[in-house]
Amino acid sequence: MSTRTFQLDQDQAPLHRALLRYRKRRIVSFDVPGHKQGRATPELTEFLGANCLSVDVNSMAMLDNLIHPISVIKEAEVLAADAFGAAAAYFIVNGTSAAVQAMILASLNPGDKIIMPRNVHRSAINALILARAVPVYVNPGLDIELGIPLGMAFKDVKAAIEKHPDAKAVLINNPTYYGVCPDVKRLADLAHENDMRLLVDEAHGTHFYFSDDLPLAGMDGGADFSAISLHKTGGSLTQSSMLLVGKRVMEDAGYVRQIINLTQTTSASYLLMSSLDLARKNLALNGAAIFSRVIQQADYAREEINQIGGYYAFSKERCDGDAFFSFDETKLSVHTRSMGLSGMEVYERLRDEYDIQVEFGDLGNFLAIVSIGDRPVAIERLIAALSEIYRLERRDPRGLMANEYIEPHVAMTPAEAFYAKAEQLPLKDCIDRVCAEFVMCYPPGIPILAPGELVTKEALDYISYAKSIGSNMTGTEDLAVEKLYVVI
Amino acid sequence: MNRYELWFNEFHTEHVTFSFRVDRQLLQKTSDFQRIEILETPEFGRVLILDGIIMCTEKDEFIYHDMIVHVPMAVHPEVKKVLLIGGGDGGALRELCRYETIESIEIVEIDLDVVNAAKEFLPTMATSYDDPRVNLIIADGLRYVRRKENVYDLIIVDSTDPFGPGESLFTKEFYGNCYKSLKDDGILVNQHESPFYGQEAREARLTHRRMKSVFDLSRVYQAHIPTYPSGHWLFGFSSKGLDPIKDFDADRWNALGLRTKYYNTDIHVGSFMLPNYVLELIGELS
Ligand SMILES: Cc1ncc(COP(=O)(O)O)c(C=O)c1O
Repeated sequence: MSTRTFQLDQDQAPLHRALLRYRKRRIVSFDVPGHKQGRATPELTEFLGANCLSVDVNSMAMLDNLIHPISVIKEAEVLAADAFGAAAAYFIVNGTSAAVQAMILASLNPGDKIIMPRNVHRSAINALILARAVPVYVNPGLDIELGIPLGMAFKDVKAAIEKHPDAKAVLINNPTYYGVCPDVKRLADLAHENDMRLLVDEAHGTHFYFSDDLPLAGMDGGADFSAISLHKTGGSLTQSSMLLVGKRVMEDAGYVRQIINLTQTTSASYLLMSSLDLARKNLALNGAAIFSRVIQQADYAREEINQIGGYYAFSKERCDGDAFFSFDETKLSVHTRSMGLSGMEVYERLRDEYDIQVEFGDLGNFLAIVSIGDRPVAIERLIAALSEIYRLERRDPRGLMANEYIEPHVAMTPAEAFYAKAEQLPLKDCIDRVCAEFVMCYPPGIPILAPGELVTKEALDYISYAKSIGSNMTGTEDLAVEKLYVVI
Repeated sequence: MNRYELWFNEFHTEHVTFSFRVDRQLLQKTSDFQRIEILETPEFGRVLILDGIIMCTEKDEFIYHDMIVHVPMAVHPEVKKVLLIGGGDGGALRELCRYETIESIEIVEIDLDVVNAAKEFLPTMATSYDDPRVNLIIADGLRYVRRKENVYDLIIVDSTDPFGPGESLFTKEFYGNCYKSLKDDGILVNQHESPFYGQEAREARLTHRRMKSVFDLSRVYQAHIPTYPSGHWLFGFSSKGLDPIKDFDADRWNALGLRTKYYNTDIHVGSFMLPNYVLELIGELS
């Protein structure tokens, strides 16, 4: 169910329409791209399809230009803003990473402070390097039984604001990877009362905008910016994304575009942009029905998984009205540690034994994303495979490590550490040194160590345990993640 | 006067078709799961077609149904409880119902429209839906079997190909759930695709590999079915221990006095003797 109403005719897809028109005109092109509608690349054209290559084109008058939109891209962005209840929307083709960076860069000047939970995606901390900004980390809170980080308690954010009244912005995840949402509205009000902006990393929350049964979406809660990954749960092509802007920052709309253009390509892909246009149309017209079906499927899966025994597919019952304010029921987050298997092990079994790919596994949980494209048979297969893993592999849970919150010790800003003179040492020799790069499991891409933080024994223990259960580690220059750059 | 001819064509591969003349179409219906057609033909009698693929014809269905039912029935000493997954045409059910010792048959078919079509248009196959031992359940096979533990003596998987609604019946998780639902001397028999053409052959190899990873014993046997791609078809026999040859009791089966058109106790033994290319395909060539 959705009570959202639109001002514009959401049945329109101006960019899509312009591309259809372009294709019909059969223009002879002496411009880039050099493949010329796929004629130069038979193997690629055969692989991706001639239709696809025929609209892989460059900006031109009839197709507008993303760095300076005045016609069909502008119209598509205006429709998107209307669909998401935002004051403005910007199409992004460099992933939601670029949207996250744009909202941070647009809100902070060098040296400015930003209040954020530590369980942010690496793109947010990368933005701090680019912005030369100073993070003030807030402990996001922990669901101890499940071992998952939460979305920050109100009082913890308030305390951080009181301690750092000069901060310019507060950044939140809505939701976290596991589907946990903070109280967006209350946090937006709190930030605004203190003259700060509320920035929302909504990479996993696109669908919130189209169902009343899901947590409150950033724009609806009064946020100033939302970075939404249409490609994750909205049905657009990988790497396409949007930045939404609330009405309080509309006066800076031109500045936001300039910031986006600092790093965004001047050859934005029309494949990606048209996928945003059509995904937006589909979400606006059919989103409510789609997500009520998705929620039903996920609920069904949770019920069945909880009957197998051993697993705990959690949902709204974990909500506490604060750091776990609400839960995204389309996330099938399943706790596995009490049956003696790490989430990572279940993730691997599903992939290797049953050809089922879930989003990620950590020490005690795995996450399956149910979305717009799922069929009942796929859900049945997942449940059946989990029931097999339980039958064949459950173990004594003693000895398995639980997720804990590792308090970061920030010794310098991410930018200072990143640009400082550094040396590369074996991990074990890095204790008490200042880290100059990231270490994380990917997914979820939440740093265990970020530039500027002291390397603690806890962090190293966590890294070695995560490696031992087969987590995919990234972030360091050393691809084997055995050595780390630390500041000299 | 010019008369046109109506021909049915099935692509066996991208480059090979199998076709026969059609007198008329008796049914065409799109169910929630697939397109169902029944054709009346001069050569094969009535033919059931799902999503453009021949499922069975009145002329040669006896081969398939004999082999999927009588082989396990001649091995297991005392089948009482049977689970039949798929098989909405009723042919396997008809053969099962000939055994008086069977006490109950649950037939789990995902598509009620297939059952109804068979009842209306395939009277020689759908003969046994009214047998009091038969319990028809319209459900997803994977989901149904997941909830069962240690109940069946025999499971027969009479499915479509793995490229449609039958997809989940070719997965390791399905076989594992079947294993769990079988008793300690239980047997599972499934249709196992053809070893000849690329796509089916790949499935046959994968299916055998998955079976072996789940069951204590897994063998493949064959039959000649003219209307299936290449005419050379495989079945899988998997069990928690019963061996299709060592535990096979020809005298006991012959004493039942069942008349069959394809199956006999010599065929039983012979059908487990496979050509080298098939052995190689399924990784059993020594
Ligand atoms: C919370 C969060 N923010 C931002 C991103 C970045 O999105 P993208 O991969 O589209 O750049 C991700 C992606 O995994 C994410 O999980």
